[in-house]
Amino acid sequence: MNIVLEVLVSVLIVIGAGFVLVGSWGMVRLPDLMSRLHAPTKATTLGVGGALLASMFFFFGVNKTLSVHELLITLFLFLSAPITAHFLSKAYMHRHVDPEKTLPRPGRLGWSTYEAAPGAGDGQQNEEQS
Amino acid sequence: MIDYALNFGLVAVSLALLLNLYSLFKGPSTMDRVLAVDTMVINVIALIVFYGIRQQSVMYFEAALLFAMFGFVSTVAYCRFVLRGNIIE
Amino acid sequence: MTDMNEASLEQPETPARRLFPHPLLSFVLVVVWILLQNSFSFAHLLLALFLGWGIPCLTASFWPTRPHIRSYRKALAYTLLVCGDIVVANLTVAKLILFRSPGSLHTCWVRVPLDLTTPEAITLFAGTITMTPGTVSADLSADGRSLLVHCLDAPDPEGTVAMMKTRYEARVKEIFE
Repeated sequence: MNIVLEVLVSVLIVIGAGFVLVGSWGMVRLPDLMSRLHAPTKATTLGVGGALLASMFFFFGVNKTLSVHELLITLFLFLSAPITAHFLSKAYMHRHVDPEKTLPRPGRLGWSTYEAAPGAGDGQQNEEQS
Repeated sequence: MIDYALNFGLVAVSLALLLNLYSLFKGPSTMDRVLAVDTMVINVIALIVFYGIRQQSVMYFEAALLFAMFGFVSTVAYCRFVLRGNIIE
Repeated sequence: MTDMNEASLEQPETPARRLFPHPLLSFVLVVVWILLQNSFSFAHLLLALFLGWGIPCLTASFWPTRPHIRSYRKALAYTLLVCGDIVVANLTVAKLILFRSPGSLHTCWVRVPLDLTTPEAITLFAGTITMTPGTVSADLSADGRSLLVHCLDAPDPEGTVAMMKTRYEARVKEIFE
């Protein structure tokens, strides 16, 4: 394998591992769940992305064919991280956050974790009316 | 050179997993523990990828892909369980 | 079947539309299947085309409206911008985690009023907010007009909201509406 590729792979491995470690350290260090959520969604995802890119370049150097498998995992992680974070924060708010005290008021209707949307779930509204 | 970088990477990811284990045991609320498990899954993917590079085998990617998908689905299912009380309505 | 009738009330149904309810989804499925095989051959392409045709047909009733992408060039530019910002965001968050004591962080909740209306655009915007500097989108309001965002370190909440609106929301709006 040529030296440029070798340096590139090594640097990507070190950067990826560093970000993974920083993300997990942030989860231990930060005080409450909402700030903890920032560490894994960003740092860890990029860390794994770096590791996968490193593996892509490494197998390109070894087999001389471009393996695009890894891009698929990276893409999947980048798409799924915001959804996981959204679900985790919704569940946390449902259990532990008081919407009257801590959250800004969005307008006439509240946040969807606490209040149902108008028109959604018509069956339930009919039940309440009857 | 890649060997040294890999050694560093494996040690760093293992340390990260130990930190996750600590926050899994410490985490005051249920959601903290779910978050810790989710992060653990992502870190295990990194570990699998590094191990695949060390073994020079492409077979580990299927494992990594399956881990990514099952981790995502299980986290979402757990959050839905906490939010709604059941998973499939 | 009732779902399909409802969908046809909203948008005119043509034969091409019934065969390919989501052309973009079909294209993505074909590409992902070929990437998953990690090699290219005619047989794989045939199976990929079959899946790209079959899966959108089977799931069309779950996704009745078709998102309208105005400009693919702008979508590509937006993707590159977000990729760059994700790297910057990671450096920012890593700096905050390593060098600031947790007590000195200005964590706060902010409300971002939305100009976007289509579900696809709002999803893209919320996902972008989560992946970029120091913010996580936490909830959507019941009427779909505002987004609840948690900031890790925002000494100036109004400035953060203005930055999100000008840097990301305006561009998403240009792509979809």
